[in-house]
Amino acid sequence: MKRLLLILLGMLLPLFAGAQEEVVPEDAEQAVEAPALDMQEYLFGHIGDAYEWHITTVNGKPVSIPLPVIVHSKATGWHCFSSRHLEGGESYECFRMAGKGEKHEGKIVEEVGGGEVVRPLDISITKNVLGLMINSLILVLLVLGAARWYRRHDAREEAPRGFTGIMEMMVCMVEDDIIKDCIGPDYKRYSPYLLTAFFFIFINNLMGIVPFFPGGANVTGNIAITLVLALCTFFAVNLFGNKHYWKEILWPDVPIFLKAFPLMPVIEIIGMFTKPFSLMVRLFANILAGHCMILGVVAVVFLTAKMGVAMNAGLSVVAVVIGVFMDVLELLVAFLQAYVFTMLSSVFIGLSRQKPETE
Amino acid sequence: MSLITPDFGLLFWMVLIFGIVFFLLAKFGFPMITGMVDERSKRIEDSIAKAREAEQKLSELAEEQAGLIEQTRLEQGRLLREVAQSREQIIAQAKADAEAEAAKVLEDARAKIAEERENAVRDIRRQVSMISVEVAEKLVRKELSDEAGQLELLDKLVDEASRNHMS
Repeated sequence: MKRLLLILLGMLLPLFAGAQEEVVPEDAEQAVEAPALDMQEYLFGHIGDAYEWHITTVNGKPVSIPLPVIVHSKATGWHCFSSRHLEGGESYECFRMAGKGEKHEGKIVEEVGGGEVVRPLDISITKNVLGLMINSLILVLLVLGAARWYRRHDAREEAPRGFTGIMEMMVCMVEDDIIKDCIGPDYKRYSPYLLTAFFFIFINNLMGIVPFFPGGANVTGNIAITLVLALCTFFAVNLFGNKHYWKEILWPDVPIFLKAFPLMPVIEIIGMFTKPFSLMVRLFANILAGHCMILGVVAVVFLTAKMGVAMNAGLSVVAVVIGVFMDVLELLVAFLQAYVFTMLSSVFIGLSRQKPETE
Repeated sequence: MSLITPDFGLLFWMVLIFGIVFFLLAKFGFPMITGMVDERSKRIEDSIAKAREAEQKLSELAEEQAGLIEQTRLEQGRLLREVAQSREQIIAQAKADAEAEAAKVLEDARAKIAEERENAVRDIRRQVSMISVEVAEKLVRKELSDEAGQLELLDKLVDEASRNHMS
């Protein structure tokens, strides 16, 4: 019993510390600038993208990693500089951050003559891009590290243990349970993409839950990321669809009056796009909502700061307990969403590879 | 809302990074793992099949062995019977031979004994006749000492001889 308690405490501590680290800066910032916690800025600061990686705030001064800004202006060509130059709304090489209430709020805009601002072509390494790079690097290292074992051992003679064993177990689980079952006999062609998608989403989800530096970027909760993933599935489904699949879409076997009035092809063609669209929105919304929930629960600690010590302490304890619960739930969701995305992609691909039913 | 409008920069980087990750993993990562796992499961299947085959072979062998043992036992029985038969035969033969030999020896012995007896009889007869002659001689010599007796004896002898001749 004592041991169990200790383990529980041990599990709580880093989470608690993480949560604190995550939110304390906001609190300090707010204490200096405004008495109340600006909920919207607090939320969007965490789930949104940024040109710098904010780590903490010490004595009202933000401590953050400046990231490179890469923009292309129609007038002056390519520019590449550190986001440090734009801190506090300063202007650098005619570029500045659009302030609150402006048209491209929080984005970099270019000042052209006459007080007019335009949005340049912006491929800056933002917080999400850096997070994406770090997570991708981790993913590649994990998988190639596992693959290296197979290159060095004769896998026919021995089974891997430890890390490689876990990787093998997960790869086999995804391949056997999802890919083989959903796609059918020619699954081998799609298996690398689906495995990549699964592990990519899984790693990014997990890293999103980690509250401090290398993690914490809301990568899979960003619609651009899920859009690309959904597009990949869309192409995988439609580029390799067989004759039967296209016939089912364009000229399905329906009663004659429905052929005269081609409603089904219209619905099917819309369905072609709604399937990946649902994939995109599902992943995006789930991860975003998860982040918001955790942030909201943690915010209780700071929102109740003005309500007196007893109230604050009581609610903080509740918030931490719920926060732990939410974090653990998010671990499940991280896996679940990767699983669901992969499974639905496999199902859609499987549908596009279906053989016509012989009756 | 910037939340649901995909940002171009992020899209660009995502396509690039995901493309690279996909390329790396699809070329060097997952096929390696899944291929090896497939190979291993194939090998395990092969091994199981082989084990089953070996088991079958073993049971076949055991059967064969049992058959052999049975056959050997039959052979052994047959041999034993044969041996017993031939032994009896040999014994019977030997007995017959021995009997024949014994009979022959007995015959020989009997013949010899008969011969010996004949010889002995012949010897005895000769000695008896010699002794008789001697006795006769002595008797004759005494008889012939007086004249009357000589004539009487002579007559007697002639009588006898003539009687022998006539009968």
